[in-house]
Amino acid sequence: MSSISYLELWRALLPEACLTLGAVLVLAMDLAAPAGRPAAARRGTAAAVALIALAAAGWAAARSGTAGPAFGGVFVLDRLTLITRLGVIGLALLTVALAGNLSRLANAAEYIALILFATAGFTLMAASNQLLIAFLALELASLALYVLAGFDKTRPESAEAGLKYFLFGGVSAAFLLFGFSLLYGLTGSIAFPEIARQLAAQPPSALLVVALAMILVAFGFKAAAAPFHLWAPDVYEGAPAGSAALIASASKLAGVALFTRLLWAGVGAPVAVSWLPVLAILAAVSLVLGNVAALAQSNVRRLLAYSAISHAGALVLGVMVAGRSPGAVVYYALTYGLATVGAFGVIAALETAGPSRRLEDLAGLHRRSPFLAGCLAIYILSLAGIPPLAGFLGKFAVFADALRAGGLNGPTGWLAFLAIAMSAVALYYYLLILKQAFVAAPKAGAGQFAVPPAARLALGVAAVAIIVLGIAPGLVLGAF
Amino acid sequence: MNALPWTILFSFAGAILALVAGTRSAALARRVGLVATLAGLAATLLAATRFTPGPGLQTVLDLPWIPQLGVRCHLAADGISLTLVVLTGIAATAGVLFSWNIEERAGEFFALYLTLIGGVYGVFLSADAFLLFVFYEIAIVPKYFLIASWGSTNREYGAMKLVLYSFAGSALVLGGLLWAFAAAGGRSFALADLAAAAARFPRGDQLAMFGLLFFGFAVLAGLFPFHTWAPTGHVAAPTAASMLLAGVVMKLGAYGCLRVAMPLFPEALAWWQPAIAWLAIAGILYAGLVALVQDDFKFVIGYSSVSHMGFVLLGLAAANPQAVGGAVLQMFSHGMIAGLLFAVVGRIVYERTHTRRLDALQGMPLHRLLPFGAVVFVLAGMASMGMPGFSGFPAELAILIGTWKASPIWALFAAAGILVAAAFTLRVVQVSFFGRTASASDPAPANEYPFAPVTWPEKAGAALLLASTVLIGLRPDLLLDWINPALQSPLMQAALRGGPP
Repeated sequence: MSSISYLELWRALLPEACLTLGAVLVLAMDLAAPAGRPAAARRGTAAAVALIALAAAGWAAARSGTAGPAFGGVFVLDRLTLITRLGVIGLALLTVALAGNLSRLANAAEYIALILFATAGFTLMAASNQLLIAFLALELASLALYVLAGFDKTRPESAEAGLKYFLFGGVSAAFLLFGFSLLYGLTGSIAFPEIARQLAAQPPSALLVVALAMILVAFGFKAAAAPFHLWAPDVYEGAPAGSAALIASASKLAGVALFTRLLWAGVGAPVAVSWLPVLAILAAVSLVLGNVAALAQSNVRRLLAYSAISHAGALVLGVMVAGRSPGAVVYYALTYGLATVGAFGVIAALETAGPSRRLEDLAGLHRRSPFLAGCLAIYILSLAGIPPLAGFLGKFAVFADALRAGGLNGPTGWLAFLAIAMSAVALYYYLLILKQAFVAAPKAGAGQFAVPPAARLALGVAAVAIIVLGIAPGLVLGAF
Repeated sequence: MNALPWTILFSFAGAILALVAGTRSAALARRVGLVATLAGLAATLLAATRFTPGPGLQTVLDLPWIPQLGVRCHLAADGISLTLVVLTGIAATAGVLFSWNIEERAGEFFALYLTLIGGVYGVFLSADAFLLFVFYEIAIVPKYFLIASWGSTNREYGAMKLVLYSFAGSALVLGGLLWAFAAAGGRSFALADLAAAAARFPRGDQLAMFGLLFFGFAVLAGLFPFHTWAPTGHVAAPTAASMLLAGVVMKLGAYGCLRVAMPLFPEALAWWQPAIAWLAIAGILYAGLVALVQDDFKFVIGYSSVSHMGFVLLGLAAANPQAVGGAVLQMFSHGMIAGLLFAVVGRIVYERTHTRRLDALQGMPLHRLLPFGAVVFVLAGMASMGMPGFSGFPAELAILIGTWKASPIWALFAAAGILVAAAFTLRVVQVSFFGRTASASDPAPANEYPFAPVTWPEKAGAALLLASTVLIGLRPDLLLDWINPALQSPLMQAALRGGPP
């Protein structure tokens, strides 16, 4: 890197620049707002600015294209970067549209600015091609998410969620950094392609196994895969709905993209034998534990958390088979994110009309708000993997890849069968949610309620996107 | 033939329209439902008149869908699919007629109902295994809501049990399908391509894949001992859903066995044959004997469905042209007869007496109070017993003759099942309709039970189903002329000869 081309850097990081500028603008405009301005108007302004910033970032990300390594190989602009960036920006757009309208949080502008900072971290994670940038991006996103999780100062659960997420996240970041430093020690490089070259040339060493184990701990945390899932139920339950939605959707998509690149392009296929078995255990434990534990939940958010753990199992399986093409796992993570953001959006909308903690609080949703009930049905059935919704195709594509890698006797075939068997278990608890929404009668005193137009739009967009991506999966799969 | 894809389209479009119409009035939603199912039936009959029977699937629509997975939107039909599509058209129309009394949330009811119908049409018309599976799953979920929201007796339990059994079965199918797809190189889901590749798989893999696919589909066909969802589900379901479940949805399972599992792995079929046949016989006899001792009218019909579907599975297991042809005919026949029986029990009788307990019904002289119901039920009962002149007779006869050729012992046991069917049918006819003997001189006891008169949709629906079963009873060749050429296709021949094509 003899001469630094700042123009190239600008081009590569234009989306992050848009997001950061937008976040600063949101904060500045809120600071400059006259004292008497009502909170709703300030919230609306902040959300509008954020939406513009996100749209600009999306445009910039789409324009940056797939030019390959950029800025001396620090970043890489390929299809994985492009789709992941567009995906996290889209998921963040939905989150802002939902949270900006529905949350009654104080300091909404700060909340929205934090979402933008987190999104900048996500897009950077998608583009990073080097250990240091990867860690930096991960931390940028995580710090924003810790604050978002604990943002609701009026509820102790939110503080608990923030603290738990921070403690688990901090420890896993330490593990990751230790793993990275060992990798650097082994190879003398922080660039992914160079690390892969060096590792392929070395004999397998115990040190490499230790380094990879530490990296995979961090991945397990990010994906909420068992046994590193313990934070998930409490964070999903306690955090404000928008924060939980972001943690469950965009954060996972970015994490999957980053670790797919790190493991396949950075560590490399020649030493895959030292990390694939670890991932297989993570996947199997998550699939079983997530689905079985979800059966016992009576709180909607905790149920979604355990369902998220089971989906993390499928995501880990997807990363294991992403060597040939990451299309399937990115499609899975993206469509899972859409359904999860939507489900949390429905919960957030319900919160404006009364309690929405227990499953029974959903009772009679089809009477109280047919629109919300219809959207919820699409999200939940997509999570359950019912065709023609996108969740089914995500599972199908991942399992097909898993079985193509050597059939049932291959390294991943048995995991695909385990996941298929577990999907029959999962349908039970997903139907419990829909049973409350569509079959049970509304509780006494629970009347109809209106959903703000922007939130309606966001929920509708998420539902339509799930249907469209389910019927035309080539839109994403064909991009790889 | 090109009218066939419209059946799927009419159903799904009707589902959306019914949802919209339901926000206005229940009557409008009902009319949308009737128009959509009639349009589907009309498209079916139009296609049937232009159909030239022949071996092999005749493509009606073939579009690329997901090139990354080698999936095509390929719709095709042969005589077997056409028979079942006609069955779906008739049963769906009759089901709407017998749902004419739905007032609560009628829009949602007909939307779910038509979604289910659209999925069923899709399964019968798919020539791509992926597409078939997608339609198969589309047909599963609406059942839960139909039963849990509009059903009776223990409906939430019945609905959940039914859907979980169906979904567990489809999980087996998904596993088998993906495994076969991956082993074949992961390029195509077309049934013909999969079958060509499957012949080269190791024998052990073939046996396992066939097991996953066949038993996965057979769960939905009510194969013993995976049949327990059927009686509870049928009893809990609202009338139209019971009619469809027993009449059409159980056929999806049998059709999947016949269309996917058997042609793909003919050698494995030969290995599994005895196990399937004995399970089918166990189902025929066990479900028949259980039906004999039920005290709930609807449970009798529910178990009788399992027993009759046992004949279908036995016909498939016997795997010769006569038995398989009979099995397809039995699918059609049972669709009509089960529809009639459930319509009488669930709509004509229960909606008036508000009880299905046989000891309570025994106290009412129903043959005097509900002569229409009594006549329809006696005729349907005769058809169910396999009396000549009704469609059950040629179907079960063909299955028995075909089975005899495969193994006389199986045929003997199955024939005993026909006796059991006669016993439980006669018992339930006697107890429910002719319980309290009343001579003609007794005063009409109408004041005691003020029953609403039988409405025109009930009469029309019953007439439609009765006419179909009598027509096929008298002229089974109408359908057999479609079915038998279809069995001559290379894929079917491979399955029937137990070896690669």
